[in-house]
Amino acid sequence: MRYLTDRKRAEGLGASGSGTHHHWQMMVSSILLVPLVPLFIFTFGCALGGTHEEVMAYFSRPFPAIVMALSLIVITLHLMREANAAIEDYMHGGAQKLALVFAAAFSYTLIATGLFALVKLAL
Amino acid sequence: MADDNRGNRPLSPHLSIYRPQMTAVSSIMVRITGIASLGLALLVVWWLLAAATSEGYFAIVDGLLRSWFGSLILIGATWALWYHMLGRLRHVIWDFGYLVQVEVSNKMGLGMFIGATVLTVITALVV
Repeated sequence: MRYLTDRKRAEGLGASGSGTHHHWQMMVSSILLVPLVPLFIFTFGCALGGTHEEVMAYFSRPFPAIVMALSLIVITLHLMREANAAIEDYMHGGAQKLALVFAAAFSYTLIATGLFALVKLAL
Repeated sequence: MADDNRGNRPLSPHLSIYRPQMTAVSSIMVRITGIASLGLALLVVWWLLAAATSEGYFAIVDGLLRSWFGSLILIGATWALWYHMLGRLRHVIWDFGYLVQVEVSNKMGLGMFIGATVLTVITALVV
């Protein structure tokens, strides 16, 4: 006779070890993409093509600066989790852990660098 | 119990013998466009950092991004981001329990390819 339930024996054995929280995070950020991706594409698209002074003036306005900051944080973190899911599916062991660390380092560096540049442009 | 049939289950044939189907192709493209977008976000951040650094550095990076090759990559990135947004929206719709029938899913997959292309054309025209 088994004392462990089927559920208890299956829990934590998925590719990532724990998927429920990750799934919920992806649901939230996927919904956030729907307004944010159009805002980002058109905000960045309007900035691109200007001279250096025009770009600096553009990002010193609140709306473009806030849209870019939101996009840098929300979209990048969403894409990092997207990459994490792929790494968990296709890589294993030490290589998987190294790849997860690399994806995190890359994404957080992008966010920090982008925010630094934005703050410098906006202020 | 869960292991009644252990070792005696029908095995799935290998993926490569399947004819590519809209559901599979549109799903893997969500993942590919997501990872590509993460990589290409580097260009946006590089451009922002250049703008914040100096006029000379900005001229170099801005020139690269607005060259024909840079524009090609940016248009590809725009398509990828639009497609990823639509694909993720489809996941949310599925997760709420709607439109899970195969025929409808196929139509949504086709809609994602067409939608991303139309939105990219609109972006290129507006911007």
